[in-house]
Amino acid sequence: MKLRKIIEFIIEKLIFLCGVASILFVILIFAFLLKEGISFFKEVSFGKFIGGRYWYPISEPPQFGILPLILGSLLVTLGAIIVSVPLSIAAAFYISEVAPIKMKDILKAGIEMLAAIPSVVLGFIGMVTLVPWIKKAFHLPTGLTAFSGSIMLGLMAMPTIISISEDAINAVPKSYKEGALALGATRWQAMYRVVIHAAMPGIIAATMLGIGRVIGETMAVMMITGNAAVIPHTFLQPVRTLTATIAAEMGETVHGSMHYYSLFAIGIILFVITFIINFTADIFLHRNRK
Amino acid sequence: MAKILTKNLNLWYGTFQALINVNMAVQEKRITAIIGPSGCGKSTLLRVFNRMNDLIEGVRTKGKVEIDNQNILEGDFSELVQLRKKVGMVFQRPNPFPLSIYENIIFGLKVHHLAKKEEFDRIVERALESVLLWDDLKDKLHSNALRLSLEQRQRLCIARAIAVAPDIVLMDEPCSALDPQSTARIEELMRELKKDYTIIIVTHNMQQAARVSDDTGFMLLGELVEFDNTDKIFTRPQDKRTEDYITGRYG
Ligand SMILES: Nc1ncnc2c1ncn2[C@@H]1O[C@H](COP(=O)(O)OP(=O)(O)OP(=O)(O)O)[C@@H](O)[C@H]1O
Ligand SMILES: [Mg+2]
Repeated sequence: MKLRKIIEFIIEKLIFLCGVASILFVILIFAFLLKEGISFFKEVSFGKFIGGRYWYPISEPPQFGILPLILGSLLVTLGAIIVSVPLSIAAAFYISEVAPIKMKDILKAGIEMLAAIPSVVLGFIGMVTLVPWIKKAFHLPTGLTAFSGSIMLGLMAMPTIISISEDAINAVPKSYKEGALALGATRWQAMYRVVIHAAMPGIIAATMLGIGRVIGETMAVMMITGNAAVIPHTFLQPVRTLTATIAAEMGETVHGSMHYYSLFAIGIILFVITFIINFTADIFLHRNRK
Repeated sequence: MAKILTKNLNLWYGTFQALINVNMAVQEKRITAIIGPSGCGKSTLLRVFNRMNDLIEGVRTKGKVEIDNQNILEGDFSELVQLRKKVGMVFQRPNPFPLSIYENIIFGLKVHHLAKKEEFDRIVERALESVLLWDDLKDKLHSNALRLSLEQRQRLCIARAIAVAPDIVLMDEPCSALDPQSTARIEELMRELKKDYTIIIVTHNMQQAARVSDDTGFMLLGELVEFDNTDKIFTRPQDKRTEDYITGRYG
């Protein structure tokens, strides 16, 4: 009896520790980022960093403007949203409302597989198929563009958006649909006039989480967006994202140099952006539950 | 002439027979109650009249159901939509859409392209007036319908059903989620509505059937045991089983 109590106690504390650890890690990561990044802001003002138009970290004197990188990230992300959100919502509707049960299972398994493909592999596939195709289709000097990145990232965001949207659609009370059908609505009318309204908070949250994934994605973007740190004007130009910059340059910097610290400063910016996005998604998810 | 006529109606859920040879004639502009113990097929019968059973997989029907002399069981898709315009339904749990009060009422109009935008205001007002909600809600037509009280929601659902000008309104235990006062007021409303609509109400509650209905059908295990004037059913039932049920000798 006593032993049981002790075991219970230990298990309880262990679980508690696991929970605390996850929070602790996040705090530690952020603290580390801050520590490394802060010394950068002693030298370069925050405004100049965010608003600077040129990213020449190793020229003399160096220029640390990440505006082109931020715009690059935003452009690729925006494109990915345009590519993935309508498709994902349509897919979620198809899966939850239209597809026969067998098809449903096949599709769900397929979507999980899509989520499991490593981004390097997707990036590689994009590089050998999509990139040459875009170059040819739009008569460009190079197929490594923001648009190519958007398509690949859109593909990567789709599993998240589809599965969470589908949950939201499934959570819509059946009585809404029945009420609509009883009034003579077709299945399609019931969906877009009623069900989508009821599921909207969940769909928005799904989209936000998908965006969160896209913004943080590195490997595939680095491989197919061309990595030119210039302010982009169209989707059909090479761009460079925040994440790709960190990944590409971290290996080449001297530990402790300004360049080194600047990459941590970029990390802080990324952290803040993803945090805001996830936080917003959370708000919508909770609103949905109420 | 009967508004709704069923002839040897049988219905199966897969292999389970839920309706057995139902023959019934519902008269126009009267309230018809369907009573019977739980699981006897009341909802199933009601859902035949607007073909909501079509949504359930494995449902098979045999026999005829005529509304205004037209067999409704054979209609194609567009006839189904027309049928549901003609036969409105109010559910057991009030189920207004998570939209504004206004949007709820014009939903059917939009779906059937029944009216022009300019007429919506008038129709909303009339529909809300006929369920006695207009005075309470006229200043918050654009607030979410889910904020209303349970009784108001059920009234709104009735308003939503009659906004498309149906002939028949089906009600499946419309008061079972409401308190006694609300129930009394909804019953009052039903008597009011009977001037314009043919109403069929399914109820567990025999007192309710006795209070509001003109005709009553008693069902047992998928059969319509007896169908007659409400007065007669409750005072001089012909069938022993009906008598047992209304005197409370059945579960
Ligand atoms: N979708 C279905 N699949 C299989 N059987 C069903 C289905 N719906 C109802 N049934 C069965 O058909 C019979 C009649 O059901 P129905 O819902 O019409 O009864 P009811 O008289 O409305 O009961 P209650 O008073 O509980 O609402 C029941 O035995 C029920 O188990
Ligand atoms: Mg029922």
